Amino acid sequence: MTEFTPYAATIGGALIGLAAALMLLFEGRIAGISGILSGLFKRGEDDTPPAWQALFIGGMALGGVVLLLVQDAVGRDMVMTKLELSPLLVVGAGLLVGFGTRLGNGCTSGHGVCGIPRLSLRSILATLIFMAMAVLTVFVTNHVFSFGGLS
Amino acid sequence: MKRQMLVLFSGFLFAIGLGISEMTRPEKVLGFLDIFGHWDPSLAFVMGGAIAVYAVALQLAGRRETPGFSDRFRIPERSDITPSLIIGSALFGIGWGLVGFCPGPALVAAAAMITPALYFVPALIAGVLLHRFTFDR
Repeated sequence: MTEFTPYAATIGGALIGLAAALMLLFEGRIAGISGILSGLFKRGEDDTPPAWQALFIGGMALGGVVLLLVQDAVGRDMVMTKLELSPLLVVGAGLLVGFGTRLGNGCTSGHGVCGIPRLSLRSILATLIFMAMAVLTVFVTNHVFSFGGLS
Repeated sequence: MKRQMLVLFSGFLFAIGLGISEMTRPEKVLGFLDIFGHWDPSLAFVMGGAIAVYAVALQLAGRRETPGFSDRFRIPERSDITPSLIIGSALFGIGWGLVGFCPGPALVAAAAMITPALYFVPALIAGVLLHRFTFDR
């Protein structure tokens, strides 16, 4: 169980928004992580620096390492989990997230962060659907059955 | 070089934002999704903060012909609601609710060598490629 952290959430969210804003204002691109990840495995396209997807994901990975190195000094858990998730469940979830985000053309970042403020009907609908399905899944796996991460 | 640094920095900042808001921790995400249990509304504030900043950026972008470094804005223009959009988003939601990882946080957590993310990311990539091979010819 985690506690509500409104300030950290808002500040962190603003930084995510700022990162996406930089990609929009300088490169004219949507910072959708599932799309960027998928682009890693495609041939490069005009204009934007080749392998820009690798640079963006490299930056994210660098961020992950920095978070790991500073979290003890800062005294906050930022990259750690106490959940004991079955590897089989994790692999199944990864397949669903990978396949689903490509079929649906976006994830929390592309549809949520970048799509909602554009008032894109597709993105708003996608966000409502994946949020609702995730809430339902958490309910079923933790309160009806007990193989979910919270149970 | 400036362009490459900007893209790298954007990815870095994105990860730091996810870390500060603890979206990199699956329990934090599941806590938000668990509205019938011990609900943690934090994720809504993450979304709110991100959307507020991005909305300002969209206003700024609207006043410009071209982005700072690139020749044009590549903003999706589709508005058709398709079965793919609905089914894909639903499958994603199920996977997200199972363990609390979506693509961004999973990549950051994997770079920090967090165990479940090390299983999740290869499966995530396999899912992306499975879609590619199923639908791209």
